[in-house]
Amino acid sequence: MFGLNKKDTTLFIIVAAMTLLAPFILNPFPTDSALAQFNAGYPDLMQRFVIFGILAIGFNILFGLTGYLSFGHAAFLGVGSYSAVWMFKLLSMNIIPAIILSVIIAGLFALVIGYVSLRRSGIYFSILTLAFAQMSFNLAYSVLTPITNGETGLQITLDDPRVLGVSVAENGNPPVTNLFGLEMRETFTLDLGAWAFQFNIGFYVCALIMLAAFYVSVRIFRSPFGLMLRAVKSNQHRMNYTGLSTRPYTLAAFVISGMYAGLAGGLMASMDPLAGAERMQWTASGEIVLMTILGGAGTLLGPVLGAGFIKYFENIFSKINDNILHTWFAIMPDGLEDLLVTIVHPFVGKGWHLTLGLLFMLVVTFLPGGLVEGGQRIAKALSRKKKDEPKTPDASE
Amino acid sequence: MGILEVKDVGKRFGGLQALGDVNLNVEENTVHAIIGPNGAGKSTLLNVLVGKLIPDSGSVLFDGQSVLGRTPHDINQMGISRVFQTPEIFGDLDVMENVMIPCFAKRDGAFALNGYGSVASHTDIREKAEQMLADVNMLEKRNMQASSLSRGDKRRLEMAMCLVQDPKLLLLDEPTAGMARADTNNTIDLLKEIKEKRDITMAIIEHDMHVVFSLAERITVLAQGTPLVEDTPENIKGHPKVQEAYLGQAHD
Repeated sequence: MFGLNKKDTTLFIIVAAMTLLAPFILNPFPTDSALAQFNAGYPDLMQRFVIFGILAIGFNILFGLTGYLSFGHAAFLGVGSYSAVWMFKLLSMNIIPAIILSVIIAGLFALVIGYVSLRRSGIYFSILTLAFAQMSFNLAYSVLTPITNGETGLQITLDDPRVLGVSVAENGNPPVTNLFGLEMRETFTLDLGAWAFQFNIGFYVCALIMLAAFYVSVRIFRSPFGLMLRAVKSNQHRMNYTGLSTRPYTLAAFVISGMYAGLAGGLMASMDPLAGAERMQWTASGEIVLMTILGGAGTLLGPVLGAGFIKYFENIFSKINDNILHTWFAIMPDGLEDLLVTIVHPFVGKGWHLTLGLLFMLVVTFLPGGLVEGGQRIAKALSRKKKDEPKTPDASE
Repeated sequence: MGILEVKDVGKRFGGLQALGDVNLNVEENTVHAIIGPNGAGKSTLLNVLVGKLIPDSGSVLFDGQSVLGRTPHDINQMGISRVFQTPEIFGDLDVMENVMIPCFAKRDGAFALNGYGSVASHTDIREKAEQMLADVNMLEKRNMQASSLSRGDKRRLEMAMCLVQDPKLLLLDEPTAGMARADTNNTIDLLKEIKEKRDITMAIIEHDMHVVFSLAERITVLAQGTPLVEDTPENIKGHPKVQEAYLGQAHD
């Protein structure tokens, strides 16, 4: 279907179903129950899941296929955000022109950075991209204040000269981002028994764009172009002596990947029209790398899983404070309760990075192929039990 | 006029004269061996031919065109393929993909943003690759990961990757180095078979005299960066200068 083989079509349908039904899947606990804090089905977080999913899918085209580890992808995200906000300020609050501009600008930016950085490979390439990203961050933070509004970040104001649209909405506030009139922030709530499911326009716009981005990435993975990118990772020496020029391939992958990041940045600004320099900082670039490796670099599904996993931790685990811990362990005797709270305390709330770090270490040590490899091992173990006879591992996987 | 003409090529590395006025003429459809003791300049010469090194002087013409100053991928597109001392293959990819990549390179050139359709949907490429794998008796291993092949099969795969491009000239850099006698004989048979089946020119750099005398139609002996003699295998065997410079050492 749609030029995909059977296996990929199944994968795509599963991803599409999971994404579109996310408001249900991420909201398994009744609203008033004690476990409701583990629900992730609210618009803001769901939007972040899919937007970072796009970012990780794009990063995977570069890192997963060619093996070039870029430590500067957040720069493209930031450039995309700034471009989108400028489009909102100058042209219209419609998100389409904003997103188109962010993809184009991020692509051009990636072309320049890639052209220089791809002269080196390995650690030198990583350091070059990191240097470029930090340079962009510092420029956005200080020198380029007229464009980026420095520390405060670029925002929508009441005196923006919007060509197609009004500067001030009827209620006296700046107008909100929309898609031909559909407001991004609009949310419908479906009350079903004890559950309250939230359906947000912005989330569904992002989700559809993510599915399109995922589809394009599957096509790239399976195409001759994708094969060449994997060849780059495997043996550049042989490629050169096979009549192939590796530089244009890596540059094309870098630009496509930068455009994905720009798209993610544009969407981020479309959901919440402000852009700050911290979006370009190296920690943000590092997070993208973590997502991809945690999920499984070079696999189709891995980056999306990784992005969801990390964003879930960041938003859910970080909210568990001592009060909540005390209610959890309330049934224990007082002394034991305090002890347990003390033990768990460093791993939750502000310490969620510790949990994430430990999980990351475990995954990289025991599952080098990331969460996807974990899933495959479980599936293999189950099918072996069912068939009762050992099956030879599928080399074409 | 040969298909490959090397004229007065010289190359220095600092104070070392690696090549001094090398002249070499490889005739079309012959197997030409280049032999010589260690440090004779064989590898330097090969690296000049594939564009990895640029000589200080002289000219190299392939099919009437100069190869000097061209990149390795450009030279490959002209019709020169190279087999390495240790097989250079795409270890992470499967055997079929390994053979399809050179087919794509031959069809689409050095770079093509070919994102349309899956790899398998390019039937012309797939059929050509399958035919090639059948020719080298590796069709049943098509789905194996290349890095899991035996050494002999890796060599076979690398040959297939070169041959599928229908090169005018195949350069072989010690194709049997480090191989057991049985594997060496297999490689000799494979090369003989290839020679019988297609019109191809081969230039072999080799240490193993057994291989050289089984395959070569012409032999050039290099010593200290200069060609000592160029002749048929029969004449080379008895040549006193060669005995002295190279073969003689083996009988010590």
